Amino acid sequence: MYEKDGQRYFIVDGHIHFWDARPSNQANRYGEGFINCFYDYHRNLSPESEVWSLEDFWWQSEERILHDLFEVGYVDKAIFQPTYLTDFYVNGFNTTEQDGALAEKHPDKFIVNGAWDPRDGEEGLDRLQALAERWSLKGVKLYTAEWKGASKGWKLSDPWSYRYLEKCQELGIRNIHVHKGPTIYPLNRDAFDVADVDEAASAFPDLRFVVEHCGLPRLEDFCWIATQEPNVYAGLAVALPFIHTRPRYFAQIIGELLYWLDENRITFASDYAIWTPKWLIERFVDFQIPEDMRGEYGEITVEVKKKILGLNVARLYDIPVPPELDVTDVHAGSGEPVASGPKAPA
Amino acid sequence: MPSPRYDGIWDALASVRDPELDEPITELGFVREAEVRDGRASVRLRLPTYFCAPNFAYLMVADAHDAVRAVAGVVAADVRLEDHFASDEINAGVAEGAGFAGSFPGEAHGGLEELRLTFRRKAYLASLDRLGTRLTAEGGQPVRLGLGDVPESPELAGLLRRRAELGLDCSPRSPLLLDEYGEPIRAEQATLRLRFARAVRVSIEGNAGFCRGLLHTRYPESAADER
Repeated sequence: MYEKDGQRYFIVDGHIHFWDARPSNQANRYGEGFINCFYDYHRNLSPESEVWSLEDFWWQSEERILHDLFEVGYVDKAIFQPTYLTDFYVNGFNTTEQDGALAEKHPDKFIVNGAWDPRDGEEGLDRLQALAERWSLKGVKLYTAEWKGASKGWKLSDPWSYRYLEKCQELGIRNIHVHKGPTIYPLNRDAFDVADVDEAASAFPDLRFVVEHCGLPRLEDFCWIATQEPNVYAGLAVALPFIHTRPRYFAQIIGELLYWLDENRITFASDYAIWTPKWLIERFVDFQIPEDMRGEYGEITVEVKKKILGLNVARLYDIPVPPELDVTDVHAGSGEPVASGPKAPA
Repeated sequence: MPSPRYDGIWDALASVRDPELDEPITELGFVREAEVRDGRASVRLRLPTYFCAPNFAYLMVADAHDAVRAVAGVVAADVRLEDHFASDEINAGVAEGAGFAGSFPGEAHGGLEELRLTFRRKAYLASLDRLGTRLTAEGGQPVRLGLGDVPESPELAGLLRRRAELGLDCSPRSPLLLDEYGEPIRAEQATLRLRFARAVRVSIEGNAGFCRGLLHTRYPESAADER
């Protein structure tokens, strides 16, 4: 819970990790390159006072995680989003099991999500079922750019993906977090293209598709899809830290999201340990659209901030919200597309 | 940043744009080194991250190679991308003229023409927003204007260049509001379509800013500024 100027905010961090990128776990130069890439994100967008050493960034202890998120970070509930990357890391980068071990010790603090990969075929479907039973999954994190042997990625529109989405529906896993990464098969296509999310969201209206980092670097395509598909959500991982280095750009991102979606489909995410929630939450609560941009984007109200910082994710995961921290006009998504222009070109 | 003193080589590289960010690679800070000795050009490129998409990286290396080779007096070009997960494949593929699919056998279906076209269309939409924003700020109204009615401005020049690149109508009588496929945008659709063009511009300019920042974090000595 965060309190400022007499307003209290219920905080759900929708995207955190418990990763191990220490050299002992790096399988090859790709594992090293991957964590260095994250570290550059961290160094580039964090305020100077929040920048860690590379050693601190490789791995965080249980104590540190609890401290960063709950002792000083105002978080009421945090959701682990696994990223396996078993081609890059000996024991995987951040698996359901690693996350789950921590979540089991602190069930009041964490929710653990699972993951699947359509390239695992039938065997993977069984594994998903076991995973769902073992961890009572309500959500999965999908990393479409995951390397697997010769393959450099997959798409949500692949036939096998649909088999897995059907399975999710059957198992009551309704929250599908989609993360686009930089390489995907075939390599001649745009790896960040979000058109496959559009197709899947239309085909599975009962599932919710939370597109991490709100489609960045394809914000415009994401917005075009989300405006037409009421079950598509924007996760703010990676977008939110711009609030420090480039507040005017952040204003544009949040302004575009509020225009094309609505305030019920935008969710807070620190992407811990790339960034820590404390400063992100403080900055976001203090944030306002710059005066000269308000003609276009309007202002962000306290109610909207409350929804983004916790209430929206709480609704997706049935997290009980103390009534005094709720807002009065909460409703389960507008369901109405803002615009109904022609289909965006795939 | 190298000073532009080499017989046209820097100008040649300045004609190469990052297809995704729609800016010259020289201005983005992607050129670490460029020189010509005895007619042999040597160029070293660098990118903001180790995992930058290999298809865009390939296009920039290949375009840089072609641009440098076309400079008068250059008889050979050695253009290499550094510090990238696919450096070896890209550098070898460009040097051998293998094409993208040939550089990544089994991992790509065909070339990158479609990808390039997609991003040219995005770049055009962003330029439409820049011009529309200027016109509106000056009290004008982009709807129902012909290209010939638009006063000269850097934004107009930018729009015309991108329109020509796409092979779209650039005659003075053609409507200003053409979509990225060359179809006129109907008046009742204009608000929404221009609003989308705005989102495209925000996206591209934001990505370029982030890439500049990451490049500077990765290579503190790089002169790419965070604009």
